[in-house]
Amino acid sequence: MPEEPASIPPEPGETHSPDEGLTLANPDSGGDASVIENPWQSLRRFTPARIALGRTGHSLPTRELLNFQLAHAQARDAVYSAFDPNLVAGQLAERGYSSLQVHSQATDRTAFLKRPDLGRRLNPTARETLLEYASQGHPTPDLVFVLGDGLSAEAIHRHAVPVLDLTAQALQAEGWQIGPVVIASQSRVALGDEIGQLLKAGQVAILIGERPGLSAADSLGIYLTYQPHVGRLESERNCISNVRPEGLSYEAASSTLLDLVKRAKLFHYSGVKLKEQ
Amino acid sequence: MYHQTLGRKSYSFPDLKTLLAKATPDRSGDHLAGVAAENAAERVAAQLCLAEVPLQRFLEEPLIPYEIDEVTRLIFDTFDQSAFGPVSHLNVGEFRNWLLSDERTSAELADLAPGLMPEMVAAVSKIMRNQDLITVARKCQVITKFRNTIGLPGRLSARLQPNHPTDDLKGVAASILDGLLYGCGDAVIGINPVTDDHRVLSDLLKMIDDLRQRFEIPAQSCVLGHVTTQLEALRQGAPVDLVFQSIAGTEATNRSFGINLRMLEEAREAALALNRGTLGQNVMYFETGQGSALSADAHHGLDQQTCEARAYAVARHFKPLLVNTVVGFIGPEYLFDGKQITRAGLEDHFCGKLLGLPMGCDVCYTNHAEADQDDMDNLLTLLGVAGCTYFMGVPGADDIMLSYQSTSFHDIRYLRSVLKLRPAPEFEEWLVKMGITGEDGELTRIDFHNPLIRSLPEFTF
Repeated sequence: MPEEPASIPPEPGETHSPDEGLTLANPDSGGDASVIENPWQSLRRFTPARIALGRTGHSLPTRELLNFQLAHAQARDAVYSAFDPNLVAGQLAERGYSSLQVHSQATDRTAFLKRPDLGRRLNPTARETLLEYASQGHPTPDLVFVLGDGLSAEAIHRHAVPVLDLTAQALQAEGWQIGPVVIASQSRVALGDEIGQLLKAGQVAILIGERPGLSAADSLGIYLTYQPHVGRLESERNCISNVRPEGLSYEAASSTLLDLVKRAKLFHYSGVKLKEQ
Repeated sequence: MYHQTLGRKSYSFPDLKTLLAKATPDRSGDHLAGVAAENAAERVAAQLCLAEVPLQRFLEEPLIPYEIDEVTRLIFDTFDQSAFGPVSHLNVGEFRNWLLSDERTSAELADLAPGLMPEMVAAVSKIMRNQDLITVARKCQVITKFRNTIGLPGRLSARLQPNHPTDDLKGVAASILDGLLYGCGDAVIGINPVTDDHRVLSDLLKMIDDLRQRFEIPAQSCVLGHVTTQLEALRQGAPVDLVFQSIAGTEATNRSFGINLRMLEEAREAALALNRGTLGQNVMYFETGQGSALSADAHHGLDQQTCEARAYAVARHFKPLLVNTVVGFIGPEYLFDGKQITRAGLEDHFCGKLLGLPMGCDVCYTNHAEADQDDMDNLLTLLGVAGCTYFMGVPGADDIMLSYQSTSFHDIRYLRSVLKLRPAPEFEEWLVKMGITGEDGELTRIDFHNPLIRSLPEFTF
């Protein structure tokens, strides 16, 4: 299996340079006499897992305890961060995109979390907005983008518009008709189905905030659905996950999405079957 | 039809499954399914009514028809009428009193298990307080064996869960070493793979097996792919100790997992044929969790806790080494907050133990649930008092592959220390031999002289 055999100092306390394979650092308690450090901290180079944390008694040292609390606090704040559709509309306008704003049937965050079904359907006002737009004689869109808060508004605030812009520009250059960008509050992935159906879109791509983890609270997900309509199955979508500068880059995400929408148009479907093509 | 009158108000429940659902302590998943009580009074009315229902009634009114569900068929076909004898004349309320009586012994409860239907156990749990669930579960003893002995009184085991976001062998091995050096891994060294491919499973299984043999660790391993993937790895010669599968309490939910009872039987026979257990042949490992049936739209109008108890009937048929309920993983639409997660964890442990299962719990939550590490501390401690067989040990409680928070190696140390619980005896002996814990069971100050640390250079991971 390995190219690099592990090596440790033959005698306790001997030091090695970091590029010399596995070295065991001298326990460094930072001067805190209560903390028992673990002399296998160098194993951390093999995994992002929280290993060799040290201990005081059977408990986590204060530093590690608070590191964890901070990561969880950031994730919690991301779940409850207020979505600002006007901010997103402004970002879009700066780049020359018109937008429509809609809201799901989930009236607030608690309803959204307890009732996923409500986050998958538009409220009556939103339906009217979209029906009115569709009746105004605009050209039928090949693709509609939806920007939905999902479980992290921060993901949309930070990453959605740049990814959309890269993708839309490339498609428009090839003559694709891109519909109005729909900004959706308290939205689940499947809300895109109803939006796409009302706008008679050939495909819908919903860019949505993913469930925050301890390592990232602003991860963006993209779900593509061919001929969207209410009742589409999860297996009929394609997903691109972990879009953020530290994860999958905007360029890589956009390139994957472009590939998917073009192939979906060619084969007339999206989902598991398209992935296997 | 079931009726209950409270003052001038009367309540009606059309059938047993509705009565059970309405009697269930409040949780978001039952509201999502539309089966929950509409208010607190209706819930207690249902509980009062349920307390009067004879246990015999459960034999007469299947919640899901026998003809359409193989789990129902398994429950009825394997029901042990003579074991049921001691409680056959009781109603649900009297059964609660019987269970809590000073006179009940561990042996009596063990003898009763084959005579209990999961629905009877679910029913009585609905009229029990948390302390009742703890009191009875604590009296249940379930002992299983493979390379060590799990579930002895005064013992607490831990699954070492060394997951890695790319299944990297060195990354997994690093977490395994961390866990062993904190005294965890006696329940199982069990990895959730990212990729459900038999070659990935084989590589991970071989790596753990090398490690186990090299250090003579009295423990077992498992890579938690789909049962069919594990069987393929096994056929290709991979060293499979335990076969894992997620299971649920309805045939349709199991179908959504891509399994049925026949496949589980085949898997068990294949693992038994390898004859790798040295002390015993409990070769199966199952995971469950409230909400899975609703999630698969396959709950037949049952509440999620009753569905969960039915999953234990599936589990016990295959004599597993380990079962655990992954209690807070599914999300707030099923269990909204720390209170609901806590209640569900105690219910699941009680139901599993009373039905004769080696019950552990993945005490856990996701970041969109109203819960935090304090809630996990509370449930961990409560279940420790209840005699829970094992918990998860995840580095720093942060599972970097599954993106949720569980319990850590430190948490296992905490519970063993405050409740004076020890690891499985064979594993405990090994920990002392390796200088990881002292004779007092406490961790030593591990340094470069520790044999495991000194062996690292030879361990070619």
